[in-house]
Amino acid sequence: MDYLSKDIRAFIEENFLFGGSAEDISDDGSLIAEGILDSAGVLELVAFLEGTYGIQVADSELLPTNLDSINRIAHYVVRKQACLQAARVA
Amino acid sequence: MCGIAGVVDFQRGAPQARLLERMAARMAHRGPDDCGVWHGGEVALSHTRLAIVDPQHGAQPMHTGDGRLSVSFNGEIFNHRELRALLEKQGRPFRTHHCDTEVVLQAYAHWGEGCFERFNGQWAIALWDADRRRLLLSRDRFGICPLHYTQAGSAWVFASEAKALFCHPAVAPAVDVDAVCDILRFWTPLPGHTAFRNVSELEPGCCLAIEPQGVRHWRYWQLDYRPDYGRRDLDWSEELRALLSDAVRLRLQADVPLGLYLSGGLDSSVVGALADQLLSARGDAQRLSLFSVQFDEQDVDERHFQHGMAQRLGRQPHALACANAAIGQHLIQAVRHTERPLFRTAAVPLFLLSRRVRAHDHKVVLTGEGADEVFGGYDLFKEAKLRRFVARQPGSKRRPLLLRRLYPYLPHLQTQSPEYLHAYFQVDSDHLDDPFFSHRPRWRNNARLERFLSPEVRHSQRQRDPLAELAAWLPQRFSDWDYFERAQYLETTMLLPGYILSSQGDRVAMAHGVETRPVFLDHRLAALAARMPAEVKMRVLDEKHVLKQAAGDLVTPQVLRRPKQPYRAPESVCFRGPDGDLAEPLAELLRPASIRRHGLFDPDAVSRLLSKARTAPLRSFTDNAALVFILSTQALLQEFVPGSSSQ
Repeated sequence: MDYLSKDIRAFIEENFLFGGSAEDISDDGSLIAEGILDSAGVLELVAFLEGTYGIQVADSELLPTNLDSINRIAHYVVRKQACLQAARVA
Repeated sequence: MCGIAGVVDFQRGAPQARLLERMAARMAHRGPDDCGVWHGGEVALSHTRLAIVDPQHGAQPMHTGDGRLSVSFNGEIFNHRELRALLEKQGRPFRTHHCDTEVVLQAYAHWGEGCFERFNGQWAIALWDADRRRLLLSRDRFGICPLHYTQAGSAWVFASEAKALFCHPAVAPAVDVDAVCDILRFWTPLPGHTAFRNVSELEPGCCLAIEPQGVRHWRYWQLDYRPDYGRRDLDWSEELRALLSDAVRLRLQADVPLGLYLSGGLDSSVVGALADQLLSARGDAQRLSLFSVQFDEQDVDERHFQHGMAQRLGRQPHALACANAAIGQHLIQAVRHTERPLFRTAAVPLFLLSRRVRAHDHKVVLTGEGADEVFGGYDLFKEAKLRRFVARQPGSKRRPLLLRRLYPYLPHLQTQSPEYLHAYFQVDSDHLDDPFFSHRPRWRNNARLERFLSPEVRHSQRQRDPLAELAAWLPQRFSDWDYFERAQYLETTMLLPGYILSSQGDRVAMAHGVETRPVFLDHRLAALAARMPAEVKMRVLDEKHVLKQAAGDLVTPQVLRRPKQPYRAPESVCFRGPDGDLAEPLAELLRPASIRRHGLFDPDAVSRLLSKARTAPLRSFTDNAALVFILSTQALLQEFVPGSSSQ
């Protein structure tokens, strides 16, 4: 999970902070309230998650509860990967 | 329109005429028809003329017969005939037949400083009163015509454009970092400021008197909202139709051919139809030519609506097919004229359009500018209304979905969940009493661009509170107005003069000697709209409802029914060269060495933005705005303060 959070943080720093540090943002800090993500940014984030972790983000899952902090994103990815794994096993 | 400039120095006397000639020459694009300089001892005035009214007799600077008053005047006084008749009745002597400049002189001679309240028009005026040893500067109510000034030792120097001020040996151009940071947040400097240090802009609706004993600044006109709830819709729309027709009538006065910027939207279509009616009634319909911009990219192109409206008006528009590459190629030239950073490329097609207008031997165009501020047309007004509606039921799942309807032309918003919409639009019942409620989300989004500023510049801003400065500038009545009126006031007094009328208006039109006449900024229309309750202007979510009621019959059903779409042009895609990188000479502006030379931006952050743009076209509004802002700011620095650091 730490590794995942680090990756997500690096993506956010590169693409939304343009190299600026996200160290002021805690893993639980809201990315919208901090002015880091806008509506187009969320879609860029989704494209990154789908491309990097092989998951599919359904429209119904486009929710701040899933995607509005580094921790939430990491947990969401873990959950989605677990579902994928379970589906493969089944 | 024209270009004006001058110097007053009560201690050392005004400088030699040669300096004034240089100042005028720097603005020759504003007035290619004639140039005049007058030296009066303590004061010197210059004028570059775009001859539109009374071409034979309007040479400036102009003086009264007794030589007491002299004026250098840019703009139009549309009610000059009525004022002339009034003044003639009072025995004021006129030497010309219908020159509005002479009306300015005689109006001041008769009414003194109160004359400006009587003018219906657009102007920047410098008037020298020799008896009182007073140089009076005045600017129209909405800021259609620009007017800059600065103090250099004992001299006061003024000019239509800042670039002319820099001809004065004691006025060195330097960037005002605070102002640029304010522009980043508000898209305009705080009122009265410019992107240049120690260079001020006279605020719209204001006068400045420079006298030996000191300087006085006052506001002669103030927008005020006092809604009248006792009238029927029909009363409002009938009064509006009559007044609108009269506003167009006044703006058809010219001794040269007339043009219209036909965007394909409601406002310019209404103006075109009324102008056509009035001219046809005089048997002069062919005097009006239509000019339009068309783009390769379908999502911003409006040709379908332009064609329909042009057909209805029975004429073929002169259409400028604006290729993406042309926008990139002319950005630097456009910034040379705007003299301030841009956020959207939309100014560049208008720069190219005025060139086309001029090539067709036109130098006056009517426009629909101002209707969105006066009658509540912008999405921001709708957004503020919806945010309030949503905030009143914080738990509702359905209400936030209405926020999607705000920006149908932004596809990525359409897939967002109610929870996200809630968060993006800062829907919070705690904010309902915030005086800046309507503008907070926009300003917050703009502030995201701060991450591209250099660490030194960011640090320099930590002690500043521009919102407090803005709050202190607001009129007392602001707190009495409702959220809609507050939003209208902020749009009308900030973005309108600071961006729409300057960077997308006068500056890019006058770059090629073309005068724009925004009909909806007739102050009588603004005063009428300020008496209308918000529901008359926006019925539920129907923007400019009263205008549609008043003038909907004048336009095609397609124009009347189309969802509101702001004028936009293709953005970052215009800057790409064949290899996907930034095309030259824009690329040079953003090389780390260029960025470091001026010290405003962080070269590393800029490089990362460029990498992102290289991978795929920038999708987000903020990223596109960042690229245009950084490019245009660098172009501005390169043009006016090359080699110097802003630190």
